[in-house]
Amino acid sequence: MKRLSLVPFFLAAIACGGDKQNTGTPATASARSGAVDLTGAGATFPYPLYSKWFADYANAKGIKINYQSIGSGGGIRQISEGTVDFGASDSPMKDDELAKAKGPILHIPTVLGAVVVTYNVPELTKPLNLSGDVVADIFTGKIKKWNDRRIAALNPGVQLPASDILVVHRSDGSGTTYVFTDYLTAVSPSWKAGPGKGKEVTWPVGLGGKGNEGVSGQVKQTPGAIGYIELAYAKQNNLPFAAIKNASGKFVLPSVEAVTAAAAATADKLPENTDYRVSIVNAAGENAYPISSFTWILVYQQQPDSVKGRKLVDFLRWALTDGEKQATTLDYAPLPETMASRLQQRLGTIKIGAGA
Amino acid sequence: MEATTASVGSRRTTSAPDAPRLDLRALGDRAYQIAITSFAVAIPLLLVLIAVSIFAAAWPALTRSGLSFLTQSRWDVASGEFGAAPAIFGTVVSSAIALIIATPLALGVSIFLSEIAPGWLRQPVAFFVDLLAAVPSVVYGLWGIFVLIPILRDPVGPFLRDTLHLGGLPLFSGPNYGYSMLAAGVILAIMILPYIAAVTREVLRAVPRAQREAALALGATKWEMIRDAVIPYARSGIVGGIILGLGRALGETMAVTMVIGNRPEISASLFAPGYTMASLIANEFTEATNDLHLSALMAVGAVLFLVTLIVNAIARWLVWRVSRGPAP
Amino acid sequence: MACLAGVARAGAVSRLTRRHTASFIMLALTYVAAVLATLPLLFILFHLLKKGAAFITPGFFTEMPSPVGETGGGMSNAIVGTLILVGIASAFGLPIGIGAGLYLAERRGHWFAAMVRFLSDVLNGLPSIVLGIFAWEFLVRPFGGFSALAGGIALGAMMIPLVTRTTEEMVRLVPVSLREAALALGYTKWRTSLAVVLRTALPGIVTGALVAIARIAGETAPLLFTALGNQFWSTKLNAPIAALPLQIFTYAISPYDTAHAQAWAGALVLIAIVFLVSLAARYVTRARFGAAAD
Repeated sequence: MKRLSLVPFFLAAIACGGDKQNTGTPATASARSGAVDLTGAGATFPYPLYSKWFADYANAKGIKINYQSIGSGGGIRQISEGTVDFGASDSPMKDDELAKAKGPILHIPTVLGAVVVTYNVPELTKPLNLSGDVVADIFTGKIKKWNDRRIAALNPGVQLPASDILVVHRSDGSGTTYVFTDYLTAVSPSWKAGPGKGKEVTWPVGLGGKGNEGVSGQVKQTPGAIGYIELAYAKQNNLPFAAIKNASGKFVLPSVEAVTAAAAATADKLPENTDYRVSIVNAAGENAYPISSFTWILVYQQQPDSVKGRKLVDFLRWALTDGEKQATTLDYAPLPETMASRLQQRLGTIKIGAGA
Repeated sequence: MEATTASVGSRRTTSAPDAPRLDLRALGDRAYQIAITSFAVAIPLLLVLIAVSIFAAAWPALTRSGLSFLTQSRWDVASGEFGAAPAIFGTVVSSAIALIIATPLALGVSIFLSEIAPGWLRQPVAFFVDLLAAVPSVVYGLWGIFVLIPILRDPVGPFLRDTLHLGGLPLFSGPNYGYSMLAAGVILAIMILPYIAAVTREVLRAVPRAQREAALALGATKWEMIRDAVIPYARSGIVGGIILGLGRALGETMAVTMVIGNRPEISASLFAPGYTMASLIANEFTEATNDLHLSALMAVGAVLFLVTLIVNAIARWLVWRVSRGPAP
Repeated sequence: MACLAGVARAGAVSRLTRRHTASFIMLALTYVAAVLATLPLLFILFHLLKKGAAFITPGFFTEMPSPVGETGGGMSNAIVGTLILVGIASAFGLPIGIGAGLYLAERRGHWFAAMVRFLSDVLNGLPSIVLGIFAWEFLVRPFGGFSALAGGIALGAMMIPLVTRTTEEMVRLVPVSLREAALALGYTKWRTSLAVVLRTALPGIVTGALVAIARIAGETAPLLFTALGNQFWSTKLNAPIAALPLQIFTYAISPYDTAHAQAWAGALVLIAIVFLVSLAARYVTRARFGAAAD
């Protein structure tokens, strides 16, 4: 059985040298030379940051990493089947998914991000305030119009149009969906009894978009639409997003600080032998953004191929130190310091080479 | 033939040295026969392989639900329930819309081209209509997303709903996403138009002049001649062309995926998003994370395969009957 | 009596007028249908040119895709990928198509030939995604990875019916006397078929091949889970490869305006390729047989 290299299906080549100065010949020349060192697949949630990491890492160390941005569900599947060197997901693997893998898998958190509720209502000039139960009822179709009194109640003085709300959700197996529905399950009993949480749920209403990109695209082009995407996508496409009411009752806009605040409480309380599969939605804390999440890279604890294993570990160490420094440029929150150093130790438990 | 070549070959010498040369020729002929027969066999073989691969992979899902797979209306990946009814419904409805829009236009333009158009106009119009078939599906989809859907969302949707007051009908109810069954139907109509038109033109041309002249001689107006003498003669071919168009509409993937909204739900409204069998497979195939999901997708593929097989076979048979005529 | 006859005649005249009016209206409607049928293509070409022409620069053909959200860059890997896929498809589909076409032309009445002809038409009508599934099942799943080869073969399978049909028809058009003359001169049967008949029918067969290529160059569905697409430059047959239609699809459904611009440009290039190949096909036949195609 040949192992064939797999490469990203989606947009954006970071052909070795991805910053603005390098989109000319040097990029094309180096992109054409050389094979790929590592392959990965999975979440679209962190993709804007990962693509920057891979480009910078290639520039710094010359190691090329291909990443297929196909959604957390696809990432989990590919790493379980061993068709990629690492997976990426914002939905932690469930126990039965872990059981199906070829060996023990480590969840290495890389950064924190925010799932934002974005919308396309040109009449609005300021961000909308929304609460968890209102969001849940919008996405189940119970709230049908933008000028519904429950939305108006949260936004006094704001002129809301009388148009239909057009829901957009993910059509693929998505960690972003997992985070979003995790939050809704925590704050809305009717959502918990209904669609529940998962990478894929039964959506009572709405259009399906592929990946964070697809949802962003559909919201952007459809007046009256509402959807949930990662913060970086909203910012890169100039899409507005709502301030969500957190557990303390305050309406918080997603930002690096708000996400960091959400992680703060949980991060300190993690036990020594945690597997890092934690959820931080609806976190306590006055300034916490309630729909925040870790995103993980999934690697096998045993790496029989010593060359690849070494490269993988080296990349992860780089990500946890240098990579973290770039996170805020794309509005992702870096890991808490203590967590990053504990993860370096965790990386030491990866056995590389034969006999692994 | 062998006698001729043998007599040419044996001009110079006795028969013994000819024997090897004859064997070589026979060998060459045999090899050629085997070669082209094998290539011909490749076609049925390919179809068998396609059928086997799809049905074998679809087997787990089909045995699990049995025939209810076709009627169950929940396609829910999360809970493992796979009912193909929404996809089948979407395929049928979008194709039906496409046929309703495309058939009159195709018939009209074909009649125009074969009976009415002045000579100088014939070539360009035929050219433009035929060229529609050359446009790749993804380009239709691109145009659909950025041109057709905004048009359906703004001038057309409100026009149908408010100006014509059709909003009360279930057919036009619900929010107008733009991405809808209607959008899929319109794009499909444009895509199948050239196929129906091409077949219809050919069968109309096959109608003997005598038919037309007889009708006119009996005092028919031009339209009556077309309606009563030409079309009935070509009828089964025209129906064949329409069914051919249907066959293409059923299997069309990319353009539909890009405009239909990807929602596995049966809805009465034209404005609602939906799914077709082909776009369901296209969207979910690379992400099927468990074997049952994959098998269910293959089962949808199997249904699509069977349906298009039957429809195309009927279409071909009908068209053959008219255009091939009495010859074998 | 004369009065009644007069009324009858008047009635007949007005009936005639009604019939003529009806005829006039129906014929006018066919004009309307003709206009409506020509509009979509013009509409689409207009938008393609309007939105895509500005981005067709030499860089489009030589550069690789640029990073997310940035302007510039091109689709060189996708264009080359499409060429490679078409090459693989032709290597697979042309021999089978021409061979089968020869068989059908030479064994006309045989029951097997009739069945093959019918099945070839059936294959022609299959949705392209079904062929993608077939290629995935035999060429992707067993090998654990996506490849240009799998995509090429899926496309090649789509070419077969078109090439078979044109080959059969072109070979049948070659006069029997030509074949008989060759045989009379001592050519073996197989040499006659190949060196004489096939060679004579070649322009028509080339046309068929070009038409088939024009059709598959724009296909996306069979490539979705075979060739998969590739952000980097790759010409390897056993690895995923970029293709123009795939890239257009990916860009079209993304949110970035820069990607949309590239999608329109790519669509314009794709349609130009398809049209040029189709026109080349028509030109080959016209030069040979002279008759106006319609």
